[in-house]
Amino acid sequence: MSNSDTAPEILRTVDGQPLKEALTRASRSARIRAFLLVLPLLVFVLLTFVVPIGQMLSRSVVDEKFSENMLQLGAWFAENDSLIPDEAAYAALVADLKVASAQRSAGNVGTRINYELPGTRSMFTSAARRADEMAPPFKEAMLAQDPKWARPDLWAAMRSASAAATLNFYQAALDRQIGADGTFEAAPENVQIYVKLFIRTFVLSVVITGLCLLLGFPIAHLLATLPLRYASLLMILVLLPFWTSLLVRTTSWMVLLQGQGVINDLLVWAGIVGDDGRLEMMYNQTGTIIAMTHILLPFMILPLYSVMKTIPPSYARAARSLGATSWTTFRRIYLPQTVSGIGAGGILCFILAVGYYITPALVGGADGTLISNQIAFHMQKSLNWSLAAALAAMLLASVLVLYWAYDRMVGIDNMKLG
Amino acid sequence: MVTQPQSDGFVVFDHVQKSYDGETLVVKDLNLSIGKGEFLTMLGPSGSGKTTCLMMLAGFETATHGDILLDGRPINTVPPHKRGIGMVFQNYALFPHMTVGENLAFPLEVRGMGKSERETKVKRALDMVKMYDFINRRPAQLSGGQQQRIALARALVFDPSLVLMDEPLGALDKQLREHMQFEIKHLHESLGITVVYVTHDQSEALTMSDRVAVFNDGRIQQLAPPNELYERPDNAFVAQFIGENNKLEGVIEEISGDKAKVRLATGELIAATPVNVTQKGEKTLVSIRPERIEFKPEMMPEGAYMIDAEVLEFIYMGDLFRTRLRVAGHDDFVIKSRNTQGQTMLRPGEKIKIGWAPADARALQP
Repeated sequence: MSNSDTAPEILRTVDGQPLKEALTRASRSARIRAFLLVLPLLVFVLLTFVVPIGQMLSRSVVDEKFSENMLQLGAWFAENDSLIPDEAAYAALVADLKVASAQRSAGNVGTRINYELPGTRSMFTSAARRADEMAPPFKEAMLAQDPKWARPDLWAAMRSASAAATLNFYQAALDRQIGADGTFEAAPENVQIYVKLFIRTFVLSVVITGLCLLLGFPIAHLLATLPLRYASLLMILVLLPFWTSLLVRTTSWMVLLQGQGVINDLLVWAGIVGDDGRLEMMYNQTGTIIAMTHILLPFMILPLYSVMKTIPPSYARAARSLGATSWTTFRRIYLPQTVSGIGAGGILCFILAVGYYITPALVGGADGTLISNQIAFHMQKSLNWSLAAALAAMLLASVLVLYWAYDRMVGIDNMKLG
Repeated sequence: MVTQPQSDGFVVFDHVQKSYDGETLVVKDLNLSIGKGEFLTMLGPSGSGKTTCLMMLAGFETATHGDILLDGRPINTVPPHKRGIGMVFQNYALFPHMTVGENLAFPLEVRGMGKSERETKVKRALDMVKMYDFINRRPAQLSGGQQQRIALARALVFDPSLVLMDEPLGALDKQLREHMQFEIKHLHESLGITVVYVTHDQSEALTMSDRVAVFNDGRIQQLAPPNELYERPDNAFVAQFIGENNKLEGVIEEISGDKAKVRLATGELIAATPVNVTQKGEKTLVSIRPERIEFKPEMMPEGAYMIDAEVLEFIYMGDLFRTRLRVAGHDDFVIKSRNTQGQTMLRPGEKIKIGWAPADARALQP
């Protein structure tokens, strides 16, 4: 041992190198090797996951369909704050439409404005077709072509679309629209769908997660306490759905739940309901809840099971011997020790449920579909990818907030997934 | 301190049988009466049925047949939480999500005791095991020995008159274990509680108990105070299980009252005390404790029968010398001698004569 009276020195190896440097050098090759082993996965994840998702999400705030084609009008908007277009504005519009007509991009331009003001796409395409024939004064020429060109909300929409970066899609995703005075206002009630859909998605996900917990808790407990022989058999039954195609499982629920399906036939046969009173269990929320609970159940059972497996039966016995009834033992001793499993299973089920697509699309009908079905609609049918991206980004953000809240309340370290 | 069993015992097992599968009996016809204030140990190898007996007493297993009585009242149908029996588990079973104080308050809370009374009792129990300073710790922050004390305090905090302990010291190291043995014994004496203790460690059983019930194969092989168990084992299993033991096989040549002569397989004739052999010509196993064997002629007890032996191995164990000999064709014959001033250290190859008092050689049924 060195003399403790001397001032603290830098620790050195036997041949005089500082200890820290020696340690870094000694572990460098191991670190490089470890990094090289991870590198393929890192590249794969970056290329197939981070980049496409990042691109997709960036669409939610950027749309260049209008701004890159309507340069002169863009310049006019930049110079003038006025909401009332003058002759110069119409001249710029016509000039831009001429170019767009030549480049066959008038449809794109119209689509962009159509997102905000439905029914305006054709105004752009037909005006572009006639743009070559138009002569000054352009204002009169345009209004003669279609008097709707004077609409202030149209000009407000064009002004906001003239910048590539925009929050319009988020506003649309929150059921807001451009008002006549150019500001955002709540959309008419009959077209407010997204906020309602978000709420429905979250409510249904909470219900499904709760059902999974109710059904999964006893099964997980049974799995953890049965003798190994029976437990592995039960485990196979739990995992069987995992090994079956999602589509097959969903369609078999359709067979069971439909009006002329197995369950209704049984109920009618047993005389519980009349033939004219068959239960509606499909193409509504009931169908979505039943089918999704079944599909997500393993995601609740497995984390619960892995936690319960580690709780020795002696805790319950100790509690009983100390005078607790079986209910008190469960509530005070067993349940608190399964919290990490409940948290893990709950958050897993909830996150999966919030983003579920196929099952609600097949059995959900009109009021059993979720926000992801709307996202898919905008991706595939309406081709408004920016709106789809905005909806998806909001979904992602809300899940992240949930995750953060869980971490603050329970602690993510306590989460056990298996 | 030996408490004699009372005819109307505090805890009574009356013809208790237990089977898990309906095919084999884990506990075969158990009859046992435990007196109030007694420290009774159930000792036996694993699978001998001792833990099952404890679990039946605690109420976690039901007896397949027979009655278990606690203070004169049958408890077969009483659920565990109404039996009022304190229990200490092998892995302590301290609730990990509660502090030490909450763990101790738990049994009082479920009994609906008020807060101030709870605090008094918890403090008293923790003081008893000298752990009051740890009241706000979690079990995971305590060492094994500390957890053991807390488990003990928790089993005692609600003043049970009967406390069950299921191998409570099994996970501790040797030194701590011996220390805790004394502490448990001391608590037992000062509180006057009845303790039923399960262990497979025979030295623990001998050190702590008033009486020991040796279990094997679902039966009590012998129920006796430690000294009697050690010195006068009833059968070959007990002789072998408790302490170290030399066995010599032979045939009864002569038997009269408490004296017998046994002809060994190699022809030697030795004197022995018959225990559960009765007839001439019967096969027997003579058991002799290693420390009761003498090899110095001047120390030989009276009436000792001498027999030839050859030293095979000498082991220095500190306080003891352990010498392995070849005797009558067996080369696992062991003698132990204390490491006293001037004690002889035998060398391998040496030829000696050994002997013992006939009372120490017990002829048992093989």
